[in-house]
Amino acid sequence: MKISKKVDQMQPSGIRAFFDLVLGMKDVISLGVGEPDFVTPWAIREAGIYSLEQGFTSYTSNKGLYKLRLGLHRYLKSKYDLDYSPDDEILITVGVSEGLDLVLRTLINPGDKIIIPEPCYVSYGPVTELAGGSAVYIDTTKDNFKLTPEKLEKAIDKKTKGIILNYPTNPTGVSYRKKELEALSKVILKHNLICISDEVYGDLTYDFEHTPFPTLPGSKKNTVYFNGFSKSFAMTGWRVGFACGPKDIIAGMTKIHQYTIMCVPITSQMAAAEALVSGKKPVEEMKREYRRRRELVVDELNQIGLVCNKPQGAFYVFPSIKKTGLQSLEFSQKLLKEEKVAVVPGTAFGQCAEGYIRISYASSLENLKEALRRISNFLNKS
Amino acid sequence: MEEILEILEKDGRATPEEIAKMLKKKPQEIKSAIKKYEKEGVILKYKAVVNRDLVRNEDAGLRALIEVNIIPQKDAGFDKIAERIYSFPEVSSCYLISGTYDLLVIVEGKNIHTVSSFVAEKLSCLENVRGTTTHFLLKKYKEDGVILKHKEENKRIAISY
Repeated sequence: MKISKKVDQMQPSGIRAFFDLVLGMKDVISLGVGEPDFVTPWAIREAGIYSLEQGFTSYTSNKGLYKLRLGLHRYLKSKYDLDYSPDDEILITVGVSEGLDLVLRTLINPGDKIIIPEPCYVSYGPVTELAGGSAVYIDTTKDNFKLTPEKLEKAIDKKTKGIILNYPTNPTGVSYRKKELEALSKVILKHNLICISDEVYGDLTYDFEHTPFPTLPGSKKNTVYFNGFSKSFAMTGWRVGFACGPKDIIAGMTKIHQYTIMCVPITSQMAAAEALVSGKKPVEEMKREYRRRRELVVDELNQIGLVCNKPQGAFYVFPSIKKTGLQSLEFSQKLLKEEKVAVVPGTAFGQCAEGYIRISYASSLENLKEALRRISNFLNKS
Repeated sequence: MEEILEILEKDGRATPEEIAKMLKKKPQEIKSAIKKYEKEGVILKYKAVVNRDLVRNEDAGLRALIEVNIIPQKDAGFDKIAERIYSFPEVSSCYLISGTYDLLVIVEGKNIHTVSSFVAEKLSCLENVRGTTTHFLLKKYKEDGVILKHKEENKRIAISY
């Protein structure tokens, strides 16, 4: 049976085979994991269990439980002074991933262009194309992995509809200060673009305060803000995210969502509502732990000769492996085979990231120390 | 510097050099902070948390929690009699608590006989001890913040975006 041209032409991830290799091997120390190594804090898990005991097993409103939307309204208001109405400006989604798909399908007319700074999370390009848009990538490798206003300005033309920003960034851990964001927002406003802002790692910002894009002057009306519970509350498997934005866009997204997803599982929503109530302390603890690991990992990597900047957020470092003379995929394969350490080749996140690898420090200190020892071993051999 | 304690409570074997890196301090600063904690008794000792259930030998031992009612002594209150009790090597922990009894004494013994003879022949005979209630520990689920289970398998998939 022939599948659709659109899907047929979607780029399969070039490193699928490498992933399979990792999954098939035993006793590997993996620094290739894109999720927290913490288990969801107990109070949140308990809320999920309790909701089942109470018999909450039905559908919820398409937009999500009102209790959760109200909780998010309050959370964003008190944390960032960001005011989204729980009635029609917040939509609960199956992780940020679903939200991104919804927003792109809601906004894109055939041929519209979406700007995506690279290296970037793997889904942005394919989901844009699937929605009928075309992805325009901006290489940020020469600017410390940050999008500059100049390069953004240059990439914009009449067909440009919007931009996907992601900060702190997966895979580089890079984030932006308020000033830098303001400069970007000026360009975005000038050209009347939509900013699709994936801030799922926002709570994991270490060196300065995280600034949500819609809090920038004049930016709320043309921003759709995405966040979720996965990274900050260690809830990846629960699949709960949310989108906040202008009424008309949220209404459009809700239409697609009601036909395709209906609603996010109620158990997950109940647990997420609890996370907003009691999750603050465990989140702070996790954040402190990540920050300590970051210091150790960055320091050690630079010492053993894998040069990297200190990332400001998330739980990734993105060191250069250029001095080894190996390509990203080759390096990762050899490291896996010879030292049983798994990392993700930079090229998974864009061709421009050749010569880099992504290391996740969402792994116990014990594992990190051992892995770094092995990487050092590996570098000394080659 | 409280974060040093947070790190050491999780991993008593973390070296000053590692801690220094994690907290962006000089190793010497960490070393002297730890020394200070040790001197002040904030850090009392470093030990392994052992899951005795997995050590299947006869010396694995038995633990009992004993509620002790005491008559406080003139001048010294509870402290003097508490000292007489906690000085026994069989006593591993001793707490003064509020409620229906006064001291909670945790005793470790080789088997039920050693524990009961300690209670009957030593503890109950002390003149200020009014009465005791002994609870033998049947199973340990969690100790010192550590859940006692077989090493958990990794539940995350080994690689993901």
